[in-house]
Amino acid sequence: MAKILDKQRYKCAMSAMQTVQAIERAIPVLHSGPGCAQKLSNSSGSSGYFSPNIYPCTSINEKDVVFGGVKKLESTIRHSLDVIDADLYVVLTGCIPEIVGDNTEEVVEGFRDAEKPVIYASTAGFKGNNYKGHEQVVDAIIDQLLERSDNRIKNLVNIWADVPYQDEFWLGNLRELENLVRELGLTPNTIFGYQRGLSNVKRIPEAEFNLLVSPWVGLNNMKNMEKKLGIPYLHYPTLPIGAFETSKFLREVGGFAGVPEEKIESLIAEKEAYYYYYIERYADLFLETRVMSKQFTVVSDAQYALGITKFLVNDLGLFPAKQFITDDTPREFRNKVCSYFKELNFGIEAEVDFETDGYKIHNEIKAHDYHGYPLILGGHWEKEVAKQTDAHFLNVSWPVNERLVMNSYYTGYDGGLKLIEDIYSVARTRFN
Amino acid sequence: MAINLSNSNLATRETRLGSITGYVGDLHDLASQSKCGSLKGCGRCFSQSSTCLSGCALSQLGGIRDVAVIHHGPSGCSATASSQYIVTNQVAAKRGVVNKSVYIGTDMNENDTIFGSTEALADIIVEVNRRYQPKAIFVSSSCATGIIGEDIDSVVDDVKDQIPVPVIAVHCEGFKSRIWATGFDISDHAVLSGIVKPPQRKRKTINFKNFFESARNEIMEMFKNFDLEPIFLYANATVEELEHLSESVATTCICGVLGNYLGNGLEEHYGVPYIRTVNPLGIVGFETWLREIGRVAGKQLEVENYIEEQRKIYIPQIEAVKEELKGLKAVLGMGPGYTFEVTRVLNELGIEVVWALAWHYDKKYENGDVPPAMSYLLDNDINFETSVADQQNFEVMNILNKYRPDLYLSRHPGSTVWAIKQGTPAVYVADEYMIFGYKHTLEFAHTVLDTIRNRSFEQNLAKRVKLPYTDWWYKQDVGSFLEEAIG
Repeated sequence: MAKILDKQRYKCAMSAMQTVQAIERAIPVLHSGPGCAQKLSNSSGSSGYFSPNIYPCTSINEKDVVFGGVKKLESTIRHSLDVIDADLYVVLTGCIPEIVGDNTEEVVEGFRDAEKPVIYASTAGFKGNNYKGHEQVVDAIIDQLLERSDNRIKNLVNIWADVPYQDEFWLGNLRELENLVRELGLTPNTIFGYQRGLSNVKRIPEAEFNLLVSPWVGLNNMKNMEKKLGIPYLHYPTLPIGAFETSKFLREVGGFAGVPEEKIESLIAEKEAYYYYYIERYADLFLETRVMSKQFTVVSDAQYALGITKFLVNDLGLFPAKQFITDDTPREFRNKVCSYFKELNFGIEAEVDFETDGYKIHNEIKAHDYHGYPLILGGHWEKEVAKQTDAHFLNVSWPVNERLVMNSYYTGYDGGLKLIEDIYSVARTRFN
Repeated sequence: MAINLSNSNLATRETRLGSITGYVGDLHDLASQSKCGSLKGCGRCFSQSSTCLSGCALSQLGGIRDVAVIHHGPSGCSATASSQYIVTNQVAAKRGVVNKSVYIGTDMNENDTIFGSTEALADIIVEVNRRYQPKAIFVSSSCATGIIGEDIDSVVDDVKDQIPVPVIAVHCEGFKSRIWATGFDISDHAVLSGIVKPPQRKRKTINFKNFFESARNEIMEMFKNFDLEPIFLYANATVEELEHLSESVATTCICGVLGNYLGNGLEEHYGVPYIRTVNPLGIVGFETWLREIGRVAGKQLEVENYIEEQRKIYIPQIEAVKEELKGLKAVLGMGPGYTFEVTRVLNELGIEVVWALAWHYDKKYENGDVPPAMSYLLDNDINFETSVADQQNFEVMNILNKYRPDLYLSRHPGSTVWAIKQGTPAVYVADEYMIFGYKHTLEFAHTVLDTIRNRSFEQNLAKRVKLPYTDWWYKQDVGSFLEEAIG
């Protein structure tokens, strides 16, 4: 049912155009109103080889609403193939054609013999948010582009993490996950970002397993691939940030892949020594920054709420106030996601609220006693409540405004250090 | 066409002004076809993403101080809420005021498209009022609500009694007009029909329609010379200010496309004169505009004195920089308000416009005349190749590739980057006051000069990137995908 989206944290399924854009040389072809792409892009890394303002679009008008837009869709796809130099064309349907009943599937079928692959995904805005839309696009790739392979490449691992562009750190995070997996002696395969693209998409069926690093987004895709392509998967729910979780991540992934234990342990020893070299050098700062209280709150999608909570509790010894998950996590995943927040050191459990109404979240933050300056990591909206509560604030999740993220990341050992840098760069603006 | 304020809906620009989004030819032909009535809007059998009118309408309304905009639709329709919030806050901070406006979505889902969601919407309106006590509430439809026939007018009527401030239905179905500037009219219509009150007394104010009031302070200073106090619309405007718009001496604007509907509406309904000259960009524009304001406000002498004094300061400097701009060739792509205004200024500065793209074209304004910026070019026998394309980037690139100009000027987010990837320096004419009056015309000329003098960024990038269009496309005529004239 329609509900109040006050301080909104997600967009509609059509934003899956950003998932397509994250695949090099793949272009979304929109069957939608003229302005959907513009509304859904938020000018962050949006002028790459393709960009939202050049996505082919049927730009449905009143006439198409009455008579249907199928003819316009056909000519838009046909001319896209002529005009745009792409490797993959992904037709995405918006609200209008899905309500009026245009048969997009049939039109796309007509391009089965086109020189370049044309696939489609149903991404009507009312069908869900962009986390769901992302899954729709990945499923479209699995269902329409991939075939089961008899050939398995030893040590090849497909890596999937959270949603491109919705997570501003998506690219840096994904690269660091690749690096970690590579250090284990495995061969990572991802389809998003620089020089991955369609050739990596084609390698998906040859992997030994899928690695999903995400609390819930993408789990359905993993099941789909297991069924259709026969690829087993490892679901690692927590984005590993800092030493504690990253070492755990290496043990689990390495163990699943059959990497010898000695190799994993020596890698972890080396990495932790490096990480703690830095931590040691700044340990006095962490202890003696007067304005850092112990309690923090994360307001974000499940990915960062979980990853950051684990990091701040298990690495930095902070204590969790309530955490707010804002991605409208589907009901069937909520209990499971909650349980991840109970696996913290010293038997600590973080209370979690699934809440999409920012007004309520802000009221709860204002009502809570953080025993000092609160530390709030969240969307840009939290700048306001941080001001009202005198908190330290870091903008880590969508919407990300007033900061620029190019290739930064919070994943892994280095990502943890980066997050500490960002937090203390805020805290150090105040003496007492 | 008369402006009917008793209906919450209004006709699109296509219907009211004969506006079009497809044309290739030259300025004189465009004008003569407009006059003889043979100009028809052309559809395209291939198009690229452009803009949605609801973005234009609701961002205007959302800029008003302490109001609530409720966008009834799936979560994507209100995805701009966060950028609206940041702009609102930064613009308010610059002015030193606090703007507590909120932009709320309703996250319509599949069930709502089947069973309707008017009850939920009514609850949301009441709840938003309870939370924020806004000074006005705008409730907008979307494509989805429009198609399923959700009647937001009755929802608004039903809750009105429970809410002490205006609650106004705003019809923003994205598919209803290809011309997103219709969105400006929609926001003006909402203000005119829901907020503006009949005049009680005359004031020394002048209504000034703009976007983000960056030149506010200097314009206030300038108008002091003429004993006028501007009310800037809509960013940072208060609902109380809007209530009194009918009491002003005149209405003017920084962009004819933006100000047309409000100006005409206030003139038609309350007799507030609308300043219908070219806009105050460049020297000719600024002086023509000032003189008309002087005439309407009875301040001719003060205006002439001001012009004389300012000319002494700026004209010699502008003349000097013009020497260095002479002979440059430019292509530009903007909304028609700016396209034909900026071509005039470029002409003044000695820069040759080889092709101008207008994102749409209004055959006539509400009063039946050809838009003044266009008339000026025709009267002065200025002609160049021109086309109408609603941000169709592939057409821009085709033109840039043919002409390889020294400069591309554009005014819409994400548009300048394509020119620089092709190696053409580009100036983003984003701020509406970038070429305002003598001072900013001078600054603009220097910006152009500096852009031309250091082409490093463009060349570095162009050398390393591939363009997304096929060679095949570059060999086609720019109008290849225009279909038969429609309607």
